Amino acid sequence: MRLGSGTFAACCVVVEVLGVVLFLRGFFPAPVRSSSSSKHQAEPPAPEPSAGASSNWTKLPPPLFSKVVIVLIDALRDDFVFGSKGVKFMPYTTYLVEKGASHSFVAEAKPPTVTMPRIKALMTGSVPGFIDVVMNLNSPALLEDNVITQAKAAGKRIISYGDETWVKLFPKHFVEYDGTTSFFVSDYTEVDENVTRHLDKVLKRGDWDVLILHYLGLDHIGHVSGPSSPLIGRKLSEMDGVLMKIHTALLSEERETLLPSLLVLCGDHGMSETGGHGASSTEEVSTPLLLVSSAFERKPGDIRYPKHVQQTDLAATLAIGLGLPIPKNSVGHLLFPAIEGKPMREQLRFLHLNTVQLTKLLQENVPSFEKEPGFEQFKISERLHGNWIRLYLEENNSEVLFNLGTKVRRQYLDALKTLSLSLSRQVAQYDVYSMVVGTVVVLEVLTLLLLSIPQALSSKAELEVPLLSPVFSLLFYLTFLVLSAVHVIVCTSTESSCYLCSLSWLTAGGVMVLVSALLCAVVSALTKVLVRGKLLSKNAAHSNSRWSELDLLILLGTLGHVLSLGASSFIEEEHQTWYFLVSTLCLALCHDIYRNYLPGDDCEPQRCLHVEGGFDGATPALQDKNTSSAVLELNRGCKSPSSLGTLRGYEKWMVLASPWVILTCCRLLRSLNQTGVQWAHRPDLGHWLTSSDHKAALSVLAALSLAVIFALIQRRCSPASKVAMALGLLGVYCYRAAIGNVLFPWQQDNKDISKGILEARFVYVFVLGILFTGTKDLLKSQVVAAGFTVKTVGLWELYSGFVLLAALLLRPHNLPVLVLSLLIQTLMAKFVWKPLRHDVAEVTVMHYWFGQAFFYFQGNSNNIATVDISAGFVGLDTYVEIPAIFLTAFATYTGPVLWASHLVSFLSSEASSSADGSTHSQ
Amino acid sequence: MIATQENTMKDTDIKRLLYTHLLCICSIILSIFIPSFFLENFSILETHLTWLCICSVSVTAVNLVLYLVVKPNASSKRSSLSFKVTRFVKCCVYFLMSCFTFHVIFVLYGAPLIELVLETFLFAVTLSTFTTVPCLCLLGPNIKAWLRVFSRNGVTSVWENSLQITTISSFVGAWLGAFPIPLDWERPWQVWPISCTLGATFGYVAGLFISPLWIYWNRKQLTYKNN
Repeated sequence: MRLGSGTFAACCVVVEVLGVVLFLRGFFPAPVRSSSSSKHQAEPPAPEPSAGASSNWTKLPPPLFSKVVIVLIDALRDDFVFGSKGVKFMPYTTYLVEKGASHSFVAEAKPPTVTMPRIKALMTGSVPGFIDVVMNLNSPALLEDNVITQAKAAGKRIISYGDETWVKLFPKHFVEYDGTTSFFVSDYTEVDENVTRHLDKVLKRGDWDVLILHYLGLDHIGHVSGPSSPLIGRKLSEMDGVLMKIHTALLSEERETLLPSLLVLCGDHGMSETGGHGASSTEEVSTPLLLVSSAFERKPGDIRYPKHVQQTDLAATLAIGLGLPIPKNSVGHLLFPAIEGKPMREQLRFLHLNTVQLTKLLQENVPSFEKEPGFEQFKISERLHGNWIRLYLEENNSEVLFNLGTKVRRQYLDALKTLSLSLSRQVAQYDVYSMVVGTVVVLEVLTLLLLSIPQALSSKAELEVPLLSPVFSLLFYLTFLVLSAVHVIVCTSTESSCYLCSLSWLTAGGVMVLVSALLCAVVSALTKVLVRGKLLSKNAAHSNSRWSELDLLILLGTLGHVLSLGASSFIEEEHQTWYFLVSTLCLALCHDIYRNYLPGDDCEPQRCLHVEGGFDGATPALQDKNTSSAVLELNRGCKSPSSLGTLRGYEKWMVLASPWVILTCCRLLRSLNQTGVQWAHRPDLGHWLTSSDHKAALSVLAALSLAVIFALIQRRCSPASKVAMALGLLGVYCYRAAIGNVLFPWQQDNKDISKGILEARFVYVFVLGILFTGTKDLLKSQVVAAGFTVKTVGLWELYSGFVLLAALLLRPHNLPVLVLSLLIQTLMAKFVWKPLRHDVAEVTVMHYWFGQAFFYFQGNSNNIATVDISAGFVGLDTYVEIPAIFLTAFATYTGPVLWASHLVSFLSSEASSSADGSTHSQ
Repeated sequence: MIATQENTMKDTDIKRLLYTHLLCICSIILSIFIPSFFLENFSILETHLTWLCICSVSVTAVNLVLYLVVKPNASSKRSSLSFKVTRFVKCCVYFLMSCFTFHVIFVLYGAPLIELVLETFLFAVTLSTFTTVPCLCLLGPNIKAWLRVFSRNGVTSVWENSLQITTISSFVGAWLGAFPIPLDWERPWQVWPISCTLGATFGYVAGLFISPLWIYWNRKQLTYKNN
């Protein structure tokens, strides 16, 4: 069957996406869930175990605390409280930690260390999957069993102030709330003022049971200026004051009630050395957890060091403390110090409740739960507990009771730890089978694509796809049989859950058919290539199709990059790989240029030195030792011998200088945004520009960048879109001025900051206009066959529309990235690719490399914390899901998208000029 | 008859090449061990800069001495003293220029601009020693000859061929030496520019080893135009 290359590529992409989805389904573990999670309150609480004699305690134990205040400080790292910063800036809290009636812990947060999954973990006790990161911005109501819902059901009155994520997660749960948004990251006083201003009133009123305060200011400071900023200290002192106020109010109120109250200070996640969060470094996962209550009174000299616990442990503790059933999906275990002061019978009762809940979860998630050590320990301790109850009811000797009780308690604690551990491990288990199948599909499609590249890129742009042959080939049926057998064996023998096995037999069979058909296609394509290769080598032993050094570099670089992803450090520092490759590419281009352009002319020494430099630097790229012996033809030289002579003086100088200009641009961009992990904390130009002292410099830079963008982009636009472009870029500046990033020269003082909705929408109108004209031209060229010029103009307009959108979405200090990307594209197109006549494949790979490098130049990294979510709100009043996702994705991938669209437009213009040339020559 | 004569010449040349290269390797190895007798606390990693200086000085010295002794391209005409002096001055200028060019390239590759300037520059000096100094010894300050040697089919003697190989392998070594820097092994040699200088040195030594052997294995295929 013959297919157009476009259709073929589209099919490949579809299958590829399928494979990737399958892989991801296996890679991201399905969260541990209780099957009966939908119906709350269905089962009665587990009764106290008893051996023989019936126990009279079947109801839930009463609450331990009358009031609970949860103070959650976003991005509170453990050393902010327990470290030197805490001693310096939080004297009251330090006093509580060291001498007061409190228990302190270092709670480890599981990645992703982003606010919403962390809140879920704190309140449900379960470990949210990575998929929750995507939902972080738009948090739908939490349906899982959690402490808040339980408390609401038990008639507790809950009040929440702070991050509006709470209000979204628990709609209609709070009798009173005031949500602050983390929308304006640069605001770190107002958000917290909005929480604290309610405090006096609420603390005096006292008609509530649970008070939740979520302070966002610290996180905002972290994002803007990092953990070593002086602002942190001020914020911590402010938080210390808040804690003191709450604690004294609680203490004064306690005198009137019987039960003590509980004050919980915790952080949702930590803060990395750069001030971000999201990943799993120690700084990001360690958060302090402080439980303060007069019930935890200690004798003088009782030194309690912060113990390491899991963040999920808080849910169970809170549930017990409030006299609620433990959330069903909680994998955490009770923080034992919190109930230490209670009588033995209550302690054991609480521990029993927790173990029963964990065992139930284990039973539902692990098929072979009976073999789990935690389950056995649970059985033993339950039996011991029953014996103890019997002794207790028989009013036995108190010493014997106490000793036996301690033994049971230890047994329970061990069981809890083991259960919790094995449940957490369950969460981190990969579905290897689905991952392997997904990988196989992806690899097969890739091989097929690679093998058919020469055919697809040939002038006919068509290729023979061996679709029918596999159906009749023996290989296909054999593979299919083998795969089915493997599938059956894997699915029947596996212990853990597996996505592919849970699919219906028909779907799984379809996947197997796909895999084997692809295998056959790959094999037949491979044989074809081999046969053709043999023929070619027979016919033309020394054709000029030997690879040049540039081709070799491109191939080795791309392969090397793929291989480098095997090491985690290279993934963390992937930008270094791309910068390195791009620099090497520039030097190789330089080498190429000088080899072609210099021998012909009498160069003066000044120039020659550059040659030497360019050559010396480029040689590492050669890598093959056979340069010395090789009888390679200078294929560029013979392909374009005339191009050297025909160039005019100025152009020749530009050609010779352009690799160096590009290298310098890349070096500048490199110091604009430090990214990655190891060197991310280094000072960079971006931080310098964004600090409020350098607003004037930033304004000048932004204005200059916008002007240069216009100058570079307008030369091939139609007059109408030229005007639209100019107005749009003006609008971008106005937008940035309106939201307070940059200044107008006539407006020196900071006047009121708006969201800039009007300005941003003004720009959107022009973006859509330009994109519309571009699409119209493209359609025209398709329908009327108006020739290549219309198509080229249309593609260029699409490209310029993207540039305008990028100018709007990129932060002002990142505008130079856009400018230099346009500059490099112009230089490359005019002075490198055209005169040196690189072929389509080379140009494509170079575009890919530069696109990747620009992704990192923008300040992105493989860490999800570097995604700039503020781009999703440009010109939007409230959070609207689809535009926000689109805008954020576009802003993140600006570099690759711009380079890809430039590639399309460049190739089309090349095709049109070559078509013109051929018609002229005829 | 002429062919056999040529072959024997080539064989003696290869032998001389091997000996000179072994001397160069010895000088590098000695530069690692000898200074520890005279200097306290000397080690490659800790006093890296000292080692770089010593290494480049010794390699330069050995190269110069070998050039004066072996005289691979013995020019027939005797030249005046003033010519020799200008030639020497020119060589020095070229060497310095190549150091600065390398420095610029390193910075463009991402070396810090202001911090560690001395380290970067000494790396540039070392790499120049491994590449530019042999070129200057063999070809003189003659850019055209350099271009000829480093373009395809441009070599005209065993010496130039080995020069090409050692130069390229030094560059490749330095290039590959940058790879371990982002890894999180926290080793002392991962610090800029130690891994690169070590890579360049290994590349140079490997080139010195490989080139005589390689030329020997391929002596039948190699034909030099002007010889």
